[in-house]
Amino acid sequence: MTAALHPPASACPACAVAPAALEVAGAQEAQPGEIVLSLPTIHCAACIAKVEGGLARHEGVNAVRVNLTLKRATIDAAPDVTASDMIEALAALGYEAHELDAGALSATATDRAGRDLLMRLAVAGFASMNVMLLSVAVWSGAEDATRDMFHWISAAIALPAIAFSGQPFFRNAWAALRAGRLNMDVPITLAILLAVGTSLWETALSGHHAYFDAALTLTFFLLAGRYLDHRTRAIARSAAEELTALEVPRAWLLEDGTEREVPVAQLRAGDLIVVRPGGRMPVDGEIEAGVSELDRALLTGETLPVFAGPGQAVSAGEMNLTGPLTVRATAVGRDTSLHRMADLVAVAESGRANYTSLADKAAKLYAPGVHILSALAFLGWYLATFDMRTALNIAAAVLIITCPCALGLAVPAVTTAASGRLFRRGMLIKDGTALERLAEVDTVVFDKTGTLTTGTPVLMGLDQIDTREAGIALALAMGSAHPLSRAIVQAGQAAGIAPASVSEIEEVPGYGTRGIWQGQVVRLGRASWVGAVPLAVTASYLQVGEGAPISLQFEDRLRDGAADTVAQFIARGFEVYLISGDSAPSVEAMAERLGITRWMAETLPADKAARVAALGEAGCRVLMVGDGLNDTAALAAAHVSISPASALDAARVASDMVLLGSDLGVLAEASAIAKSATRRIRENFRIATVYNLVAVPLAVAGLATPLIAALAMSSSSIIVSLNALRLRGGRG
Amino acid sequence: MNILVYLIPVSLFLGGIGLVAFIYTVRSNQYDDPEGDSRRILSDEWDDRPKP
Repeated sequence: MTAALHPPASACPACAVAPAALEVAGAQEAQPGEIVLSLPTIHCAACIAKVEGGLARHEGVNAVRVNLTLKRATIDAAPDVTASDMIEALAALGYEAHELDAGALSATATDRAGRDLLMRLAVAGFASMNVMLLSVAVWSGAEDATRDMFHWISAAIALPAIAFSGQPFFRNAWAALRAGRLNMDVPITLAILLAVGTSLWETALSGHHAYFDAALTLTFFLLAGRYLDHRTRAIARSAAEELTALEVPRAWLLEDGTEREVPVAQLRAGDLIVVRPGGRMPVDGEIEAGVSELDRALLTGETLPVFAGPGQAVSAGEMNLTGPLTVRATAVGRDTSLHRMADLVAVAESGRANYTSLADKAAKLYAPGVHILSALAFLGWYLATFDMRTALNIAAAVLIITCPCALGLAVPAVTTAASGRLFRRGMLIKDGTALERLAEVDTVVFDKTGTLTTGTPVLMGLDQIDTREAGIALALAMGSAHPLSRAIVQAGQAAGIAPASVSEIEEVPGYGTRGIWQGQVVRLGRASWVGAVPLAVTASYLQVGEGAPISLQFEDRLRDGAADTVAQFIARGFEVYLISGDSAPSVEAMAERLGITRWMAETLPADKAARVAALGEAGCRVLMVGDGLNDTAALAAAHVSISPASALDAARVASDMVLLGSDLGVLAEASAIAKSATRRIRENFRIATVYNLVAVPLAVAGLATPLIAALAMSSSSIIVSLNALRLRGGRG
Repeated sequence: MNILVYLIPVSLFLGGIGLVAFIYTVRSNQYDDPEGDSRRILSDEWDDRPKP
């Protein structure tokens, strides 16, 4: 243990314990050779036993521990055991598992801060209960020597407890004062210190009133608010981290004719990289060898796959569809187009940084007011009585009474309740002020591909195609893993079509599939390959022998709840826009289908951001919902933004909230919950103000005994918390 | 009132036990997996050699 780990000296039992807690927490950080898996489907005691027992039997595994709350398994295994072995073993047991990047999970660090707060909360709670009991004796009439003894014992408990528990406030207040600012913690610190100081003085002079209990209760309630706030953030952060950790960045490096799996961070410009079908481009580069098709939906919003051949430039984030490609890297890591988008995001974000939360607004009014009031009370009483002791007592009483117990709880209690409720519905709130901003929204901008739609195509008008040709298309489609082929297979099987007997089926990467049917060559693929005139919509073309090609048209499948959500937003008077990078006909068709009157197609990322910014300048509060890289700048420019969990990492980072499920239906509900949460926060501020209006005159008049202070403070805090808890229920 | 000489230390001591017990539970990671722990107790499998 190093000296640097010790907390500042104080004389309570918990202080001796806290450094040890730090050490324990430090020892838990991810070890090399430790595998962390996400197990989304475990849910019961039997699952725990099955997973732990099943993996422990595996060769080389030392220990397995399942955490059901986080739905994770931590495996301590020999270095030669890989995560994919474990995932296979779990698949055999019937559980879906995903590898988590242990480095991206920094939950331990936040956990340590949470533990620290919890420890301080426990000490404050313990001390305030004890001192409160002693105070009850004083209030009920203990006198002379007994009262003095009770006061001294209270002091002995309160001083070390406050020195330990109050540290978060003292540190924040000191930081603010040094920067020449006032924050909520300055009046808190002043109240606590003044209360303890005058109480000590009173006790030394065997006076009647000591505020040790008030100072401790204050610390306890405020720490409770801090802890709630911290927990809400920690839960959101750990869930967001898990989403990031799910994408373990690996690439296949081609070196001297052999392929090797390496972390993306190790790639250099000039490296040759193999990208298999279904894989994402890890870098920007140029195609050296191979022919395939690329899905750029996440980058540009285009649903139509584009042809890819040697010499063509590719960007990080594009998905390779049909054939294996060898790519020579031209830009890696920070230099890729994926990361250059971050600059655009930084510019767009600067506007939002000016947002002042309700709590900050309240603090700005409140902090100077309290100081002035207390100073006036002190001056008034001093000039009236020329008695330093009375004047100081009154000033302390004013500070304690006005101290923002209720204010400190008003916001965290509400956001905890609201974000807990949204989290259960599958909505993750990443930013503290996002709920307040969501409540102000009057305009909603949707992206099309991947947001309103799932990004998977669905075959349209199968019943208009001849059964014979449908059978051939089905047979050819079954020989390919291309998303369009899979859509044909799905639709064909659902319609009960039997595949025709096509022989010699082979996939021509980048073009399509071909085979022999009754002596004739049959082909299914791109328009140019089968000699068809390309249509504006996503389509695949079938040619039988030398006959005229027929087209199979696809439509992007709507996300669950998308139509409802849009309809609800329109019905509630929101302005709804559809802005997409896709071609005009498909955007128009989607807008018509959902009843959206304002739409824009073929927009570039900068156009989207500019459009959203223009809406903002026109006075609209914009909610942007998007998932692609082309949406990132727009997400950051909007007043508040939401992205689905399937979005690119960059888009999730830029947005304030993440939709964990695939159902969009939560959006409308989230906006309603945000509205009622903001209403509760305002109500809570009003309750706190009314309480101050009643109690402050009493304090200034010198009528606030420790008993009155204790009652007023506790009751206002409890009322505020109960008001916040109303959000948890169904009515909101 | 002499009884106070015993009662106050006794009450402080009892409260202190609670505090120390709470700190012990926090330190030994007993709040890491509340849901899992509440189900493990129902498991039929006897854990004769609990891991340290």
